[in-house]
Amino acid sequence: MVTLEELHEILSQVKDPEVPVLNILDLGILRSLTCENNHWTIVITPTYSGCPAMQTIEADIRTAISHKNIQNFTIETVLSPAWTTDWISEEGKRKLEEYGIAPPVDEVDKSVLFSKPPVVPCPLCKSQNTRMVSQFGSTACKAHYQCLACQEPFDYFKCLR
Amino acid sequence: MDSKLKFLLRLGDDSMILGQRLSELCGHGPILEEDIAMTNIALDLIGQATNIYTYAATLSAEFKDADELAFLRFEHQYYNAVLLEQPNGNFADTLVRQFFFDAFRVPLFQHMMQSNDETIAAIAEKSLKETRYHLKHSSEWVIRLGDGTELSRERAQFAVFDLWRYTQELFFMDEVERELVDTGIIPNVADLRETWLKTVESVMQTATLQIPENQGFFGAGRLGRHSEHMGYILAQMQYMQRAYPGMQW
Repeated sequence: MVTLEELHEILSQVKDPEVPVLNILDLGILRSLTCENNHWTIVITPTYSGCPAMQTIEADIRTAISHKNIQNFTIETVLSPAWTTDWISEEGKRKLEEYGIAPPVDEVDKSVLFSKPPVVPCPLCKSQNTRMVSQFGSTACKAHYQCLACQEPFDYFKCLR
Repeated sequence: MDSKLKFLLRLGDDSMILGQRLSELCGHGPILEEDIAMTNIALDLIGQATNIYTYAATLSAEFKDADELAFLRFEHQYYNAVLLEQPNGNFADTLVRQFFFDAFRVPLFQHMMQSNDETIAAIAEKSLKETRYHLKHSSEWVIRLGDGTELSRERAQFAVFDLWRYTQELFFMDEVERELVDTGIIPNVADLRETWLKTVESVMQTATLQIPENQGFFGAGRLGRHSEHMGYILAQMQYMQRAYPGMQW
C-alpha cells in the first residue's frame, strides 16, 4: 500500500511537457490526493480550457504511477475553482526564471483598454527595461516580451486571475 | 430535446465554430504576433467547446462524447449564431466579428458563474478568465483600425456595417432559455444586450466608428438554420471522421 508521501514523490516527477522544469505540484494543477478503500483519487485542473498539455500530463501521471505497480487509482479533472497563476509555488516561480521564462507579476485590471503592460524584468539580465511584443505567446499561458537592455526575446508566464 | 442540452449546444457551438474559423488563420495571420494570437484564441475557444460538449454528451442519448458532438452532427443540428460562421474576410472583418462576440461573452460568463448548475458555473468561471484577454485584444484592435489610416478605418467601418445585422441573434431567447432562466441555470440572455451595447458604444466612439441605426436581420442559427458558409466549415472540420469513421490518432 503506497503512502501519501510516496505518491507525492512519484507525482513530483511528472513535468509540464511545455515547461519541463516545472512539475505538476510546482504548477499548482494537482488539486488533491485522496484515498478511500485502498483506491486513490488524483484530482487535476487545467491551466487554460484548451491547454493541449493536459492530455499528455494525464498520460504521464498514469505511466508514472503504473510503473510503481499501483493499479487502484482514478484521475479526475475539475474546472472549479478555476486555476490561477497564484497557485504556482514560489519554488515554481524560481525554476521558471532560471529556465528563462519570466514568472507572473502582479497585474492591474486587464479590462482597462490600452492599459500599460506590466513591467516584467528580463529573466536573463534582470533589466526592467523590457517591452511587450505580443499579449499572446508560444503557448496559451505565455506572452511574448523583449529585453531592451540585452535585446534577448523571452517568454512571460502571464498573470491569470 | 432536453432544454439544458439544447442550450449547451448553442453555447458550445458558438465556441466551436468561431474556434474553427480562427484556426484557418494558422500560418496566414497578417503578422507573426497576430497569427499566434488568433490561433491561441482559437485554442481557448475549442477548449471551451470541449468542456461544454463533454457535459452536453452526458445529457445526450445520441452522442456519447465531445468528439461525436463536434464531428458527427449535421448542419441543421448545429445551433451557433450565424455571426460566428461568417468568413474571416480581411483583418478588420475578423477583429470586428471577434469584438462583437467577446463583448457578449464576458458578461454572459460573469452572470453564468452564478448558475445553480455546478458544472455550468465551473465552465463559466474557467472561460471568463480567458475571454477577458480576448476582449482586451479585440477591442484594442478595433480602436487601432478604426482610428488608424484611411484604409483601415474604411475597412473597419465596412465590417461594422456588414456584421451588425448578425449581432441581434446573440441575444436570442426562446422556450429553451426561458425554462433555464426560470430554474436559475442561466442568466437572462436578452438582458445582456444593454451591457453589451455599452461596451460596443464606448469602443466604437474611441475608434471613431459609427454604429448603424437599423437593427435589421435576425439570424436563425439558434434554430439550426445557417448561412451558406456553414456547410463548408463542417465539410472541412468533419472530413476525416466522415471519410474514415471512428479513426483515431
